[in-house]
Amino acid sequence: MSEASSPLAHHFDDLSQQKEATSLGMWTFLVTEILFFGGLFAGYAQYRGAYPHAFEAGSHHLDIVLGGINTVVLIASSLTMALGVHASQLGKRKKTAIFLLATVALGLVFLGIKAAEYTHKYHEGLIPGAGFALQGAERQQMLFFAFYFVMTGLHAAHMIIGVVVVTIIAFQAWRGRYSPAYYGPVEVTGLYWHFVDIVWIFLFPLLYLLGRH
Amino acid sequence: MSTQIEPRKVETELVGTPAPNYLTNGFGLKSWLLTIDHKRIAILYLVSITAMFFLGGLFALLIRLELLTPQGDLMEAEMYNRMFTMHGIVMIFFFLIPSVPAVLGNFLVPMMIGARDLAFPRINLLSWYIFVIGAIITLSAVILGGVDTGWTFYAPFSTTYSNSNVALAAVGVFITGFSSILTGLNFVVTIHKMRAPGMTWFRLPLFIWSHYATSLIMILGTPVLAIAIVLVAMDRLFRFGIFDPALGGDPLLFQHLFWYYSHPAVYIMILPSMGVVSELVTCFSRKRIFGYTFVAFSSLAIAVYGFLVWGHHMFTSGQSIYAGLLFSVLSFLVAIPSAIKVFNWSATMYKGSISYETPMLYAFGFIGLFTIGGLTGLFLAATSVDVHVHDTYFVVAHFHYIMVGGAIMGFLGGLHFWWPKITGRLFPEAWGKFAVLMVFAGFNLTFFPQFVLGYLGMPRRYHAYPDEYQVLNVMSTAGASILGVGYLIPMVYFLWSLRYGALAGPNPWGAKGLEWTTPSPPPTENFDETPIVTEEAYAYSKEEPEIVGGKQSTRASLR
Repeated sequence: MSEASSPLAHHFDDLSQQKEATSLGMWTFLVTEILFFGGLFAGYAQYRGAYPHAFEAGSHHLDIVLGGINTVVLIASSLTMALGVHASQLGKRKKTAIFLLATVALGLVFLGIKAAEYTHKYHEGLIPGAGFALQGAERQQMLFFAFYFVMTGLHAAHMIIGVVVVTIIAFQAWRGRYSPAYYGPVEVTGLYWHFVDIVWIFLFPLLYLLGRH
Repeated sequence: MSTQIEPRKVETELVGTPAPNYLTNGFGLKSWLLTIDHKRIAILYLVSITAMFFLGGLFALLIRLELLTPQGDLMEAEMYNRMFTMHGIVMIFFFLIPSVPAVLGNFLVPMMIGARDLAFPRINLLSWYIFVIGAIITLSAVILGGVDTGWTFYAPFSTTYSNSNVALAAVGVFITGFSSILTGLNFVVTIHKMRAPGMTWFRLPLFIWSHYATSLIMILGTPVLAIAIVLVAMDRLFRFGIFDPALGGDPLLFQHLFWYYSHPAVYIMILPSMGVVSELVTCFSRKRIFGYTFVAFSSLAIAVYGFLVWGHHMFTSGQSIYAGLLFSVLSFLVAIPSAIKVFNWSATMYKGSISYETPMLYAFGFIGLFTIGGLTGLFLAATSVDVHVHDTYFVVAHFHYIMVGGAIMGFLGGLHFWWPKITGRLFPEAWGKFAVLMVFAGFNLTFFPQFVLGYLGMPRRYHAYPDEYQVLNVMSTAGASILGVGYLIPMVYFLWSLRYGALAGPNPWGAKGLEWTTPSPPPTENFDETPIVTEEAYAYSKEEPEIVGGKQSTRASLR
């Protein structure tokens, strides 16, 4: 039990205690993440109430097709992540790695589409700041784009971290680090990935859909 | 379970020769900088926050020197603005918030619940590195010219008009916030999952309950501050205009987001000290705590109420008057759990066998000064009175009674109480008592006149003032110099005791609690074998304290 390769850290009594601690730790971390995005959602709600027309007009500048595709891509990545966690629980080494790498690929597709959207906005002069293209009464839309970029930017930053972590976990899984007795890291990485997806599930309607009809 | 722990042989008569312990487990710089031992990380934090404390104290000293005379002779408004800003930022984010949790909490939470370490030792070390990186970035903002927005970073001054290093300082504070989040996360998981057999929730020392409540605030509050700072940075660097009224933004939104964290942050500072005082009062009264469950739940109540009262910082900001009313009523409610604690500590002392060692004197100081700070908080919670004294020295005096009179007294009391456990050495008791009296006298002389000044109408954050306020300001500056000496004395004798202090033995105070059942300094794994808990906390009146290691240095022999 005390050999170097043992997954049990020195300060835990047994693997189940360790797994419970890891899992609770990730859930607690996700609570902090909810508060982190929560501040932004609160600000968004405040300004949407104050400037409903500017926000509606702002959302018309977003590309609903690309946003919709990205939503489907992320939901698919959550599926592959769930399948990967399931495979690791069953101790299927290769299957785990393949599903995790599929998740990474879908995450990269999402980020690529997001980058394309940002580039469009840049060319249309919709980056908030001194060079904002819309002037006069339309200038109020700058607040909409401020929230659009901060919220989706922060979400994209979480996606990038997720892609890196999932890649590492996939590599470890390939090398046979995890077993039906020890798959905590795969599971908590999955929790994180699903959380980031869920944030998008709220961002998409708030930014792209609300006020279109 | 726990097969990899070897039983240690050294015991009893060998008190003179140091047993292998966490301090002797490696001596190189690397053994400290790469340690994942919660006790060593606590020492790393202790060294860092002590440095920050004296830096923040230096800013305070310069502020008080300037205020010695009514005119600006030591510095002008520009420099003075930077001084009080840096004093606030350093003391709050880099000393008070990590003080008790990151030092005493880090050292004691695993020991008090009978665990070998915190749940995530590497994350614990990471939190210290994040703290250091944040501190370096903020200090570089100081060196590059300072910040002048006040520690509150109010928009739109911070986002649009200030000509100082706001962005750099804000990034430092943003980063440091994550060290606090990680510490809180670690404590919550540790307290939930790592308790020794028999250590049920209602056998936990109250120190643990207060740290649990503190951790909840760290987890739920800090992210919101982080996002507020991100938005300030976006406004400042890219002119996003989220808080700029000229672009349709609302500065009040910043105040709401900021105080949503920064009011609960006051409880991050005070709750851990309350936990310390519960330990001190029971130990030196030789009695179990009066009303354990009430004291335990009052910590949680303070944490919960703490999130519902932030608007009382904004009574004069133009927020809705109905919101103001609600925030006022809720702020009064915080007095209830706070008073429960004060009354229960008093009731614990009633008919106890009280002795007056240094840590207990700090506890007395805490109870008295916290009560004054808390009661003046009620004045400020009343909307009508608050309009009168808002942004005056009355407010400054009020929060210093809570943060310095309360939180730092608690921190020093705890540091004195557990110093023998941390280092294995006793500090000189007579010097300890002398320092407490200096701190207590100096503190009151510094800050009591400020209540009067504020009530007479002297506004805060100005470097110059009308002549008639000078007498009280001179008193305050004189008090500050006494207070400063009072803080330096423990620094000196603590360092002295590392080498020359008498050996402490496992339990010099005859205190209850698992941390006292193990040698001082504790072995790396804290306990020779996982303890099994069979009694409630503070079972003082039941039996005589059991001394584990050899020669008894009892309380009588220390007097």
